Parts: sequence; C-alpha cells; structure tokens
Amino acid sequence: MAALIEIEKLTKRFGSFTAVDEVSFTVDRGEVLGFLGPNGAGKSTTMRMLAGFMPPTAGTARICGADVVENGVEAKRSLGFLPEGAPTYPEMSVTGFLRFTASIRGFSGSERDDRVALAMAQTQLEGVRLQPIETLSKGFKRRVGLAQALLHDPPVLVLDEPTDGLDPNQKHEVRELIQRMAPTKAIVISTHILEEVDAVCTRAIIIARGKVIVDAPPRALEVAGQSLEQVFRRLTLGQEAA
Amino acid sequence: MGGMIRRLGDLLAAAWLMWGPSRSTPLPWHGACVVAKRELAAYFATPVAYVFIVIFLVLAGALTFTLGGFFARGQADLMPFFSFVPWLFLFLVPALTMRLWAEERRHGTIELLLTLPLPQWQAVAGKFLAAWAFCGIALALTFPLWITVNVLGKPDNGVVLTGYVGCMMIAGAYLAVGAAVSAATKNQVIAFVLAVAICFVFAAAGSPVITEFLSNRLPVLAEVARGLSVADRFGGFTRGVIALRDLVYFGSFIGFWLFVNAVVLDLKKAD
Repeated sequence: MAALIEIEKLTKRFGSFTAVDEVSFTVDRGEVLGFLGPNGAGKSTTMRMLAGFMPPTAGTARICGADVVENGVEAKRSLGFLPEGAPTYPEMSVTGFLRFTASIRGFSGSERDDRVALAMAQTQLEGVRLQPIETLSKGFKRRVGLAQALLHDPPVLVLDEPTDGLDPNQKHEVRELIQRMAPTKAIVISTHILEEVDAVCTRAIIIARGKVIVDAPPRALEVAGQSLEQVFRRLTLGQEAA
Repeated sequence: MGGMIRRLGDLLAAAWLMWGPSRSTPLPWHGACVVAKRELAAYFATPVAYVFIVIFLVLAGALTFTLGGFFARGQADLMPFFSFVPWLFLFLVPALTMRLWAEERRHGTIELLLTLPLPQWQAVAGKFLAAWAFCGIALALTFPLWITVNVLGKPDNGVVLTGYVGCMMIAGAYLAVGAAVSAATKNQVIAFVLAVAICFVFAAAGSPVITEFLSNRLPVLAEVARGLSVADRFGGFTRGVIALRDLVYFGSFIGFWLFVNAVVLDLKKAD
C-alpha cells in the first residue's frame, strides 16, 4: 500500500524566488516526521501546499492517495492540519469553534458533541470550554488549534509548530499525545526545538533554502558524538555560506 | 440577540433534520450552510451588527420622514423609504463587506477555513449568504414603517412586498461586489472605497445625467448603461413589478461577482 503522505518534487516559486525546491518525501503510518530548518527555509510553505492551501508551482502532493490539487476535498477529509500560529476565530467560544469545524466535517447531533468532548479532553480544554477564544492565553489557543486538527481522528496529521508558546508541562503533554497517536497515523510536525525531535520523532528532515539536505532518523544524525544541535548548525549554516 | 439568532438557526437546522431528505450523505451545500451560520453568529458577537442596524434604521427613518416627505405626500405607500435604500446601502453594505476576507487574512483563519474539507465556492457562498441574511434582518426591522402606513391608510401591501424584494436584490448585488473586492485586498479602507466606487458606477449608470451624456455622444453605450444600472432595475420592484428579466439580471450580477470572488480568492489567498 502507498504511504499516507506522498510528496514528489514539490516546488513553490514566488516570482524569481524559489521558496521550496523539488522537495520529495513520503511518510508511512506509524512515522512521526520532524520537519526542521531555519526560519524562512520553506517549512511552512511546504506544509501549506501539503494541506491544499497553496497551489504548488510544480510537483504533486497526495494524502491517502488523493491529490491535494485535483481532489482537494477528499485529501482534506483525511487530514488534520494545524496552521502556523494556530489561527482561530477570536469571538467564538472553544466549544462553538470546535463544533463549527466538526459540522463542516459532516458530524452532527450527539456524535458531533462526543467528538468535541473527546478532542477537548485530549488537549485539556475542558476548563475553558465556554470561554471566548480571544480571552485565552497563547498556550490555550494553540491547544484549541490542536483540538480542531484531532477532532475527526484523521489518518494524517500536519502540525506547524504544535508546541510553540506552551509551557514545559504543556509541551510534555502534547508530546505524549503525539506519541500515543503515532502508531495509527502519519504525522508531520515542524519545530525549532531540537530536543522535541529526539523525544517524539522517528525521522527528521532538515530543510534549508527550500531544499531537503538531510532525511534520516534522529539517532543516525547524532554521529560521532555530535549533538543534534551541532549537526543542525553545521548543515544549515554550511548551506547558507555556500 | 446573538442567542436568539443562534436559537433560530438551531431551530431551522432541527426542522431540516426532521423534514429534510435523509442525511446519510451530506447535502452538497452543507458546508456553505455551516459557514453561513457561523458568520451570521459572528456579526452579532461583535458590535458590527448593532452599529450597522442602528445606523441603518436611524438614517432610513430620518430620510424617509424628512427629505422623503412621508406625511406631506399624503399617500399610503413606502415609496419615500424605498427611494433612499439604494443610496444608504451604497455606503453601508461596503462597510459590511470590507472585513469579509480581510479579517480572515488578519487572523490567519483563512488558512484554517480553506484547509477544511469544503469546496472553495462553498466558503464564498456561505459568507455571502450570511451577509445577505444580515441585510434581510436589518430590512425586516424597518417594519414599523410598514405598520405606520397600514394604520394611516390602505397601502397596496403587494407593492410593499415587492419593494422589499427589490431592496434585498440591491443588497445582494452590492454585497457580491463588496465581497469580491474584499478578497482582492488586505487593506480594509481600500476594500471599502473600491466597493463604494464600483457600486456607485452600477447605481448611477441609469441616471439621467449619465444616460443623456452618453446618448448625445455614444448612443449605443447609453443603452448599455441603462441596461447595467442597478437602480433602474430596482425601480420596477418599487412599482410592484417583479419581472423575470430583472430577477435574471440580479441573479447573474450576483453570480458573476461571486465567481470573481472565488477566482480572486484562489489567486490571492496565500498573500
């Protein structure tokens, strides 16, 4: 069976600037892919194309076999996506917002309420369920975005910086949640936090200037006694100097 | 008010579940309905709704009774009110639409909305329908005028009804223009000014100043201008006539601008 996420020579150009340059990789069920790279390397752009938000200039992306451009709605059904900055409608309550996304995904009645309740339990949002999202702290907002992505139990999760703005305890919770879900899903997370890669990822891709420069398990990267951070600096800075 | 609207929405949804066709497969426009419901609730969750409705009612009332000479005319109809609606909407509707896509961009929610499993046209249609329903609520709240003419005389209520239908058509036309413009620019001020300008062109195209100017120089264009004029078409509705060609005109006008909205959104969503 084909991998849940298949990306082939995905390219995005803005004018003469190439943000993502022929990126290819696949992610299978049970894999947690850490997507690393300096700011502006093309991580978010790649994720946006994978989520069907931004049309690629060239190349293809498929989620569960459905092309994100040709068959976008089908691909999006199998996808849970946390966009960069975890955007939410500020005037809505947490419950209202999650019900809205659940309704669009075709859930109704008690099934919808059960899904919303489960997603809130997974992300520890029960305490603020009736609060307007704009009154919540950054960490809570991030978890609302995460709850929205998990709600329909999708086979594919694409999370753009899921632990950004969370305190150490919350980070720990989210990592545990990702690990718990990992065996049944294909997960891509982008992050700046290198120990996170060690903690949850089965594989790491380092991207710089739109190109994949490393694709290997985190342990294989830490060769010859170098920490992941040293490897990251050597690879990405070397690339920049070149 | 917000709670009331939500309850009304739930009631309609419940009615649909009871009497609508079996829900084993979601309706083709299910997503548009969900988006519309959320949008409409959002109007009432912020001061936008209340400011819009109050200003609309105050201006409509004031203009009808002063400039319109509601009492002095000695006729039991809503002509003075209807004659001001296109001009009020010219400013108020773009104020409603300027935030339509700009706000989604500012909060980043456009990325969320357009990565949910619904076709893009449904997001466009949902937003439009919510704004249209909102204009309908504002218009419905002018009912004291209708009661007044019925107390004072014997108006032709059929004509009043077609007049209101005409108002909804005007609102729909301006909303569709405003929504498309809002998709094209991140800046709300630009969205407002451009939408007013484009709506004004369609509102004024049939006015004597323009058509006389054109018929003296380019008679062909004068006919075109009159044909494109929103105000000219509206006139028929206020006289109690719902002509099929006017409905077709407004339908295709709205359809065209919503199509522009979808295309522009596709091109500019990631900016």
